[in-house]
Amino acid sequence: MIAVGIDMGAKNVKAVVVRDGEQIGRSIFETGFDRYVSARKAFEGALQDADVGEEDVGVVVATGAGKKVVTFAEKQFTVMACNAKGIVRLFPSVRTVIDVGAEEARAIRLDETGKVIEFAINEKCAAGAGAFVEAMARAMEVEVGEFAQLSLASTKAIPINAQCVIFAESEVVSLIHAETDRADIAKAVHDAMAARVGAMSQRIKVQKDIALVGGVARNIGFVQSLKTFLKEDLLVPPDPEFVTALGAALLGMEGEESD
Amino acid sequence: MDSENKYPTEGFKCWKKAKELRLQYYKNYMQAKEKGGIRWAGNAPSIDAVPYGLGDDVYHLTGEPYGATVAYNKEFARRCHEVVEAKGYARDLCAYMRNYWGSVLLNEFVFGGPFPKPDFMWVLHSCCSHAKWYQEASRIEGGIPYFVIDWSAGMYYKWDEKREDYVVDPNQEHRIQYLVDQMQEGIEWLEDITGREYDDEKLIQAAKNYFESTSLWAEICTLNQAIPAPMDEKTMYSFYVFAALHKAHREVVEFYKELRDEMRDRVARGIAAIPNEKARIMTDIQPPWGFLEIYRYMESYGVVSIGSFYTFTLMGHWEIAEDGTFRPRTTPMEKGIEIRTREDALRLLADWALGLPMAQIFYDHRFKSHIMKKIFTQWKCNGIIMHFNRGCEGLTLGVAENKQALVEAGIPVAYYEGNMGDEREFELATVKEQITAFIESLGLIK
Repeated sequence: MIAVGIDMGAKNVKAVVVRDGEQIGRSIFETGFDRYVSARKAFEGALQDADVGEEDVGVVVATGAGKKVVTFAEKQFTVMACNAKGIVRLFPSVRTVIDVGAEEARAIRLDETGKVIEFAINEKCAAGAGAFVEAMARAMEVEVGEFAQLSLASTKAIPINAQCVIFAESEVVSLIHAETDRADIAKAVHDAMAARVGAMSQRIKVQKDIALVGGVARNIGFVQSLKTFLKEDLLVPPDPEFVTALGAALLGMEGEESD
Repeated sequence: MDSENKYPTEGFKCWKKAKELRLQYYKNYMQAKEKGGIRWAGNAPSIDAVPYGLGDDVYHLTGEPYGATVAYNKEFARRCHEVVEAKGYARDLCAYMRNYWGSVLLNEFVFGGPFPKPDFMWVLHSCCSHAKWYQEASRIEGGIPYFVIDWSAGMYYKWDEKREDYVVDPNQEHRIQYLVDQMQEGIEWLEDITGREYDDEKLIQAAKNYFESTSLWAEICTLNQAIPAPMDEKTMYSFYVFAALHKAHREVVEFYKELRDEMRDRVARGIAAIPNEKARIMTDIQPPWGFLEIYRYMESYGVVSIGSFYTFTLMGHWEIAEDGTFRPRTTPMEKGIEIRTREDALRLLADWALGLPMAQIFYDHRFKSHIMKKIFTQWKCNGIIMHFNRGCEGLTLGVAENKQALVEAGIPVAYYEGNMGDEREFELATVKEQITAFIESLGLIK
């Protein structure tokens, strides 16, 4: 049986194709104003990548903030359920998964079957999510990838506000004017964000092993800062932004009831 | 009845009466002046038994239920927020207060017509905002006479190591006297500003009504321990409000007796709030009033909310029995105490008001956690959903500590962020997602 999981993220739509439990294709497409069109494009891209036709698909599962618009999906699940299911497939030892996307961050404690036990979600603010780093990188006029790399070159700890993107950007501008080393500023931003995401994660009792997923898991500067904050190692899958879509497809394969 | 819908349900017989009584309450306030009566405004916990001594034609408006009603009317609430913010008030103040001030500034009553101006304001300084709320409302309305009673006399309960439970602190005298002195002064003030002679008999009757109505409400909540629950929390909101409107009015006592009897009948016949009850949750503080549909959403999974620390104890009066049971507070009349004089009535009113469980949270968050654990057990709950309510600084005090204590006690807890009266701080889709994940974690699926 072939199942497709579609994760309707705030910035990107991710789709994963699974055949008999194994991932055979994937696709990512920027979330446009017409989210249905974005979902279709990601879906079709993943089918093409897997070299299968739409008629071969047994079930389509949608998750994420815009899941309701995926009218061609037979099932829907929460992001938390998909995260948990996806990560135990990749790393069976994981008991806590931290998902940091463009606009949301969440921490989930799960059991060995991938069932959600407890979770915490960031407050209604982008300060603990990917949009925060993007805004700070923009303020420093560098690409996000370069911003992440810069961070690793610093050993200094400069406290900045991570409670509000606007205030934080103002502080970054002040640091630029004070001719603070760019690497130190980049690290300060990642440290601030890690403190926020880490504190949120500690609201649920973080248990090892811990995995980090979502698009922000590709940011090596943030990964390092979060490891330091939590004083724990983090498992990061090769394609962290696809874990939720993978979980959705796996839940579809298992024939679980949807919400 | 299919396998999912295993319990019989039926609407409350007193539902229509409840709607009529509520409407009449607001009409009475609006039309008080036409009948030559007196109109006053104050907060729900204010000791409303005292102004009843001015006569039978005294009507009042409590601000919190009014603020919640505005919140339910999203368009009106939006206009209230806009006018309040345009005047320079901060957006993170009490949402009820902003809805109330907004109505005053717009000069529009949510039930229609201009905002009815009170003759005076009678306030209990029960949370961090109440006294300021009416002080500012008085100023905006051109200087309405204003009297505030300070309630901050310390915790009524103390922790008993031996019993591992809270017990009433026997050292109450100074607290009671503190409130009595203020009420005595308040009565003189009421006579002075209204020109009316104060009637102690009316005060005594109103005090009795207050004791009876608020204990009766606790009894009604206690009946919800039955499985299936005869009342869901969304419905409970429509009934608990009478104690928040005019708890010292005989009409409320009589209505609660009727409701109590109907609850008993529903329990005896196994009538459920929802036909598919599979799990029971409780909540903690005010809901987002504009989004009560989240309760119906939970019910689609077979989850019924049996009540909350808020619906039970904001107005309901309770006591902790020697065996640790959380039960309705025994009224002075049930104890055989005779109330003969003004002083008798005021002393009992002070003692009653100080013992309100909700009031204790301003002194020690551990009290609330402890009582929530009792409710969780006695009402046979499976989980707790908490609201980190940005609209109420007072009742949100300590919620994170409460959540932690409940989790440490092994209770499944979820929380969402929102605002009881300002929809700009609530995201329905996100909250539904969180509720769904929590329900799934309880092992329930559609």
